[in-house]
Amino acid sequence: MSTKLNVLEHVMVPDHKIMSEEEVGTLFSTYKITSEHLPKIYHDEPAVKIIGAKAGDVVRTIRTSHTAGIAESYRLVVKRPKK
Amino acid sequence: MTSPKRIGKIEFGLLSPKEFRTMSVRKIIWADTYDDDGFPYPQGLMDLNLGVIDPGLRCKTCDQKASECPGHFGHIELAKPVIHVGYTRLIRKLLRVTCKSCSRLLLSPEEIEKVVGTDEDSTGDVLSEKDIKKERVCPHCGEQQLKINFEKPTTFSEVQVEEGKKIEHKLTPADIRSRLEKIPDEDLRHLGINPDVARPEWTILTVLPVPPVTMRPSIILENGQRSEDDLTHKLVDIIRINQRFKENQDAGAPQLIIEDLWELLQYHVTTYMDNEVAGCPPARHRSGRPLKTLSQRLKGKDGRFRGSLSGKRVNFSARTVISPDPNLSVVQVGIPLAIANEMSIPVHAAPNNIDELKTMARNGPNRPTLNHPCGANYVIRPDKRRLRLAEGNLDTVADMIEPGWTVERHLRDGDIVLFNRQPSLHRMSIMSHRVKVMDGKTFRLNPAVCPPYNADFDGDEMNLHIPQTQEARAEAAILVAVQENILSPRFGGPIIGGIHDHISGVFMLTNQVRWFTREDILYLLKSTDIEHLPPPVKEEDGVPMWTNKQAFSVILPDGLNMVFKASSCANCDICKRDTCERDAYVQIINGNLISGTIDKKAIGAFDGQIVQRIIRQNGMKRAADFIDDMTKLSIRSIMLDGFSFGIDDEDLSKTEYGQIAEVLDGAVMDVQKRIRIYEDGQLEPMPGRTPEETLEMQIMQVLGKARDRTGEIAGRHLGLGNSAVVMAVSGARGSMLNLTQMAGCVGQQSVRGERIMRGYDDRTLPHFKKGDRGSDAHGFIKHSYKGGLNPTEFFFHAIGGREGLVDTAVRTSQSGYLQRRMINALQDLKVAYDGTVRTTGGRIIQFTYGEDGTDPMKSCFGDPVDVKGIVESVLKEEV
Repeated sequence: MSTKLNVLEHVMVPDHKIMSEEEVGTLFSTYKITSEHLPKIYHDEPAVKIIGAKAGDVVRTIRTSHTAGIAESYRLVVKRPKK
Repeated sequence: MTSPKRIGKIEFGLLSPKEFRTMSVRKIIWADTYDDDGFPYPQGLMDLNLGVIDPGLRCKTCDQKASECPGHFGHIELAKPVIHVGYTRLIRKLLRVTCKSCSRLLLSPEEIEKVVGTDEDSTGDVLSEKDIKKERVCPHCGEQQLKINFEKPTTFSEVQVEEGKKIEHKLTPADIRSRLEKIPDEDLRHLGINPDVARPEWTILTVLPVPPVTMRPSIILENGQRSEDDLTHKLVDIIRINQRFKENQDAGAPQLIIEDLWELLQYHVTTYMDNEVAGCPPARHRSGRPLKTLSQRLKGKDGRFRGSLSGKRVNFSARTVISPDPNLSVVQVGIPLAIANEMSIPVHAAPNNIDELKTMARNGPNRPTLNHPCGANYVIRPDKRRLRLAEGNLDTVADMIEPGWTVERHLRDGDIVLFNRQPSLHRMSIMSHRVKVMDGKTFRLNPAVCPPYNADFDGDEMNLHIPQTQEARAEAAILVAVQENILSPRFGGPIIGGIHDHISGVFMLTNQVRWFTREDILYLLKSTDIEHLPPPVKEEDGVPMWTNKQAFSVILPDGLNMVFKASSCANCDICKRDTCERDAYVQIINGNLISGTIDKKAIGAFDGQIVQRIIRQNGMKRAADFIDDMTKLSIRSIMLDGFSFGIDDEDLSKTEYGQIAEVLDGAVMDVQKRIRIYEDGQLEPMPGRTPEETLEMQIMQVLGKARDRTGEIAGRHLGLGNSAVVMAVSGARGSMLNLTQMAGCVGQQSVRGERIMRGYDDRTLPHFKKGDRGSDAHGFIKHSYKGGLNPTEFFFHAIGGREGLVDTAVRTSQSGYLQRRMINALQDLKVAYDGTVRTTGGRIIQFTYGEDGTDPMKSCFGDPVDVKGIVESVLKEEV
């Protein structure tokens, strides 16, 4: 019965990866930001759950783009507030 | 400079009755405002302690004059507590989560910990109504809980079930207040309420603040009568009822009367806060107009936020009707003399311009005609005093002007102004133009700038603003100027270009090959800025002749190389290139039009390939000049031949009318045949469709085809000699379909993409038999507009036309709201220097603007690099 669906295998779901502490450090210094300036993603998003990211991690997504072909984006995992 | 501060936290609290009393300067007990002498009653609603609005009086609280006193609050002691409408939801929630007898949370400490967490390890969540099961027993005192019913706007009741019957027991505000008072502080914190600033019993009012008179000024009408503000009216009601309530209470009136008065007081206090609450009839003025009370002052489009704070009215602006003037440049705007005389630009006097300014001051505030030099309205001294220039003081004031003074001079030719048409949906809705002072009473603009403003001349009005500082003028000239906005950031192509007659004119000029004498070609080109005519191509009987293509080439920049297909291209399978019989293959080599017709694709707004290429190669200024030259050339060329359209241009010959009738009769017969097949049950349904649907689709198809056939027949008769055909082929206006409907057959009318089915039982109109599925019974119009519609056809046409109107009305309101929300969401985002899109707080929205970092305005129809254009200009041939 339980055929678990892995959303990352779906064609329309972009690639999600947890970034190492070192990578996050470089990211913050290139953009001169702290974690609060990053776009957010909820901890209970299917893709986040599958890669096992916890609140406070930074996730790199690589997706196809109409304009640029391939676009990278970085998001901070946060807890979904109640309600 | 102080460094920017971050907001640490924001606290939302309630005002306590104690605070109401401390901030109050006077207890208000009388409902009356002014006595017979027009003096405010002490302790009345207009008490002098609450501030003053009448000039001459002084405030009894702060001893200041009317203009300086900010006003002070008073208060009314309510006979019994009443509910504040704004907090009914909070009150309902609190009543439902607390015990009716001990007022503690209906959860055991363990249950609370599950949601909130322990003191050391808090989850950050707060309790909500959902965490508590209905009608349970209090874990603290064991009391059975009852269901709390809430009825809008302010009624609370408890439901008791006895012997299967439900008994509702009303809760008075006093009951509710005593329950809320008993809720312990600790329990409130679990609910997300900070009891230090917001005790829940404060949501039930015992004292009502009376706003200062400055907030509700009375106005004196022409007949000397005073008219009070809506808020004052409402406060009068509240005080009256409150007084009566108190008297009845003291006299020991029966419970029934007390309850009635209590409810009435509740109604008045409710409508005083919000006069549009659901389930409550709005309080009305004597005239029947609903009162504008506190909430209505803040809410909505004309409320305090959207109307007074975000929206402001401005000085130095003008508004009038617009009309076209093809002789103006696209960067100019024609301004009526009357407006130019009224509007001014401040000029600082300095040694180099002082004489000029003195002359302007001497010219005075009235410039009688266009030929008179520009004058001035005001002179400002270094101490900021303004001296009005008027007949009589001109020379004295002019002589006083020294460096350091400022002269507010009139508008004159060449000044830069901002020009705008609402709705301002995109950046091109406000552009800066150069002033041209003109006679008449309307703003004049070149029709080529209509598309960005979405303007026409059927009575449209536009606004004009005069930048008052050097910085504003520089910004207007560098960023907002028309020539900087020819390209639309929406699609990276020109939005300014030829429209309507510009396209017809240039099409008629350049189509096929024509020969012009020196006289003709000079007439065509006399308004363009050229020094020499090109050498003539041939001589006929000793008369030098120029081609039409040469005439157009004159306005092209040198070194322009382009190859493309015109709008008139028929998209043949194999392109015949320069032997195209429609002359639709456009070749421009070294700035010379070799072959092809110039039309919408080349110079039109939204398409304009030549305009786009000139901007990329020669810059914005040259493109604006090209548009000016092109509009003037095409207007002259259309006047060379003349261009008009009349009813007889829709005439066809007898043969065509015969053929059209034949086609239509055939189609109607075909429809009848298919209906017969359907009625006999012989119709083979298409996959996934019922037989009815199949029949409908077939009928639509047959009739559509028939309409197109009549168009072809009509088109055969009407050639390029017909003005409507010229407009349709060149892309200036209309299409061959419009022509088909005028000369051939209007065709099937539809509602939601289907034939017209609505009306009476089984028929659309009483003119038809029930169950008739024929073409004319369901909105097929056989006639042409020229031939005229019969009554049933006319009615069906009105049905179809109405649908279109409704659609537009719905679409504009929906897209307007969408636009408003988008603007609010995106207004403060900007592209930072590192290419990221950020909010004002530095939060990143996009890591690279548009993911590719391309400015769409500087792109080529969306692509960052115009590869085709670059290759073409090198190879000078099509790629």
